[in-house]
Amino acid sequence: MNTFALIAIALPALGAVSTFAGGRDRRHARFWSTAPTLLAFLATLAVSVAHGTGGTSVQATRLAPAGGLEIWLGTRVTGLAAVIGILVTFVASCVQVYSLTYMKDDRRYATYAGLISLFTSAMLLVVFSADLIVLLVGWEIMGVCSYFLIGHYWEKPEARSGSIKAFLVTKTGDVPFLFGIIALGVQAGSFRISDVLFAATTPGDLHHTTLIAALLLCGALGKSAQFPLHSWLPDAMAGPTPISALIHAATMVAAGVYVIALLYPVFLLAPGVLTTLAVIAAITMTGAALAALAQTDIKKILAYSTVSQLAYMMGALAVGGRTAAIFHLVNHGAFKALLFLAAGVVIHRVGSNELSDFGGLRHRMPVAFGTMTVGLCALVGLPPFSGFFSKESVLGAAWQANGQFAAAGWIVLIAGIVTVVLTAAYSMRMWLKMFYGPFPEESSGDPSPAWPVEAPQSELVILTLLAIPSALLGFLALSRGTFDTWIGGYEGQVVSSLAAVDLNPILATSLIALAAALLGGGLVWLVWRRDPAGDPATILGPLRVPALRGFYFDEAQDFLLVRSTKALAGLVAFLDTEVIDAYVRGAGAGTRTVGGLVRRSQTGNVQLYLTVLLTGVIVIACVFAGQVG
Amino acid sequence: MHAVYPLVLGALLFAIGLYGVLARRNAITVLMAIELLLNAVTINLVAFGSIIRDALNIGQVFTLFIITIAAAETGLGLAIVLLIFRQKGTAGIDEQRTLAEPARLPDLSKLADRSSEPSPSARTAP
Repeated sequence: MNTFALIAIALPALGAVSTFAGGRDRRHARFWSTAPTLLAFLATLAVSVAHGTGGTSVQATRLAPAGGLEIWLGTRVTGLAAVIGILVTFVASCVQVYSLTYMKDDRRYATYAGLISLFTSAMLLVVFSADLIVLLVGWEIMGVCSYFLIGHYWEKPEARSGSIKAFLVTKTGDVPFLFGIIALGVQAGSFRISDVLFAATTPGDLHHTTLIAALLLCGALGKSAQFPLHSWLPDAMAGPTPISALIHAATMVAAGVYVIALLYPVFLLAPGVLTTLAVIAAITMTGAALAALAQTDIKKILAYSTVSQLAYMMGALAVGGRTAAIFHLVNHGAFKALLFLAAGVVIHRVGSNELSDFGGLRHRMPVAFGTMTVGLCALVGLPPFSGFFSKESVLGAAWQANGQFAAAGWIVLIAGIVTVVLTAAYSMRMWLKMFYGPFPEESSGDPSPAWPVEAPQSELVILTLLAIPSALLGFLALSRGTFDTWIGGYEGQVVSSLAAVDLNPILATSLIALAAALLGGGLVWLVWRRDPAGDPATILGPLRVPALRGFYFDEAQDFLLVRSTKALAGLVAFLDTEVIDAYVRGAGAGTRTVGGLVRRSQTGNVQLYLTVLLTGVIVIACVFAGQVG
Repeated sequence: MHAVYPLVLGALLFAIGLYGVLARRNAITVLMAIELLLNAVTINLVAFGSIIRDALNIGQVFTLFIITIAAAETGLGLAIVLLIFRQKGTAGIDEQRTLAEPARLPDLSKLADRSSEPSPSARTAP
């Protein structure tokens, strides 16, 4: 099965190379972007089938043993990796096939498709790597690919600034992450993940775990867009819509959650860090949900909703619910990819991102309406859709948290239920504004525009395909501990079905969350009923404008970081040009002045030179004689 | 014979030659003064060779070499003086100041331009 994992990593990489080599040949790019990704999906399925519920299997070879730091190239397959691998390749395949028609008219389709393949390969490298350094390589390749893909429409200024922002913000987290990995590897004496996990579970083997866990957390927060490193994700919406689906569902943001789940024993040694994570998750989930409720751009609504949902996963990790976090990650991957791709279909047809330009689309776009309804139900967490079960498993983990997780459990539980209200509210608002009410063009007396087809058939097939797991994946939770035996234990060991974590919804939290969802959705519905043309976001009252602007986080960032950095840079520039350069210029000018004085003596009179020479000889001779005598 | 006489003679000749080299203006006189300097040295060489009773007579051998080279050197020197006289109409040594530094500093930027100048003809032009 390690061979299959290797194939799964190599195929998209090969596809990327071949796509890039093909230049602008569209047919070549189409084939080489989709076929390897689909084959990689089959390969990850094979990995999962071959792995079953087994423990860990590592196949690695040492790279250039030269003493000191040892790097192992190879694959490490655990149940966790197999499940995430399927998610990654499934969503990537959907995105690639969807892009065939969605990006048909794009001039840079080949570059775009090649970068998606490279992105997929990098994520699979993170998932299946046997070594932390190799994992870091995949991690950084993803960062670069996201930069290029977000900046795909580089003619637009917001795409350029969005890509730079994404790169810089995630890099802010990646630098501590690098230090964390090095510290962890040095403490454990090896960078192999199996050795690191073994050291973490052996008492007294690791020191400074709080520091290491905090450093690693920074990287995960940056990649998974958690407060205070979340601000890149809404701006990343400047990229093409399928990219948003890829980044938000399966790859980039999943990497942060995955790494925490992978190195979970290390985080368990640092309870303070996990409590911090709970607080961060609570802030992020409520704040992002509030911001989502106020946004007017549907892609930004979905972006903030991603940030908020990722915070659920982080919250689950903070209260010891690793299985619940991964379950929510997988479900969220399915329904968020669906939501983005469906939103892409609608945006293409309507030609706008603004919520006010939509309305009454349910008859014009029945497939998008149906699939998006499924996706939004899953997002809100209505039974029996997948999101209900995974959200309940997160809330259940928070409810049952005790011991060192007790405080974190309460924080996550309360924030989680508040967020359910908000999630229901913004989903309801988006659903009503998009599919019900009057279509803006119609109400302004415009004759009904021609709607020959909703979207190309392949896009609709993809939406339907994604709607199936979005609707049904949740039932895994009912089958007592199956999911936990799939993903395996903290160290990748086998988990027997008796000891497995049960993801069954707990009655108390389920009822509260359901009531919360009905409250949020109902409020918005009431407001909308009164004024179908208005914006239900008015229920936020005075909070609306700050929420629309992301609570002025960008402004605060600009004030605290950008301005102060610029001021500091100005100071450094002043010191450089006016102080340090003064010495350099002074050295030149001084030498010239002294030289100008000395050259006065060069009169050209040979006899003068000789006289001076003779004087010198005599002086030297006298000194020498004085020393000898 | 006492050794001090040749040494004093050599010192006197050297002093006269030094004066001639450093103080006289006529190039031919300077050349003659250089000859005096060389001869002062040869006298010293012969005198010391005799004082230390050198069996190999290195001092005398050196003297022969110096006389030979001095003859060649004078020939060369006279030829140069002749050429200078023909060109400038004077053999005054203190008037040969072609190699003196110019009164003002050359402009550095112009120096840079000159170094990047590709054509060799510009360099040979007067």
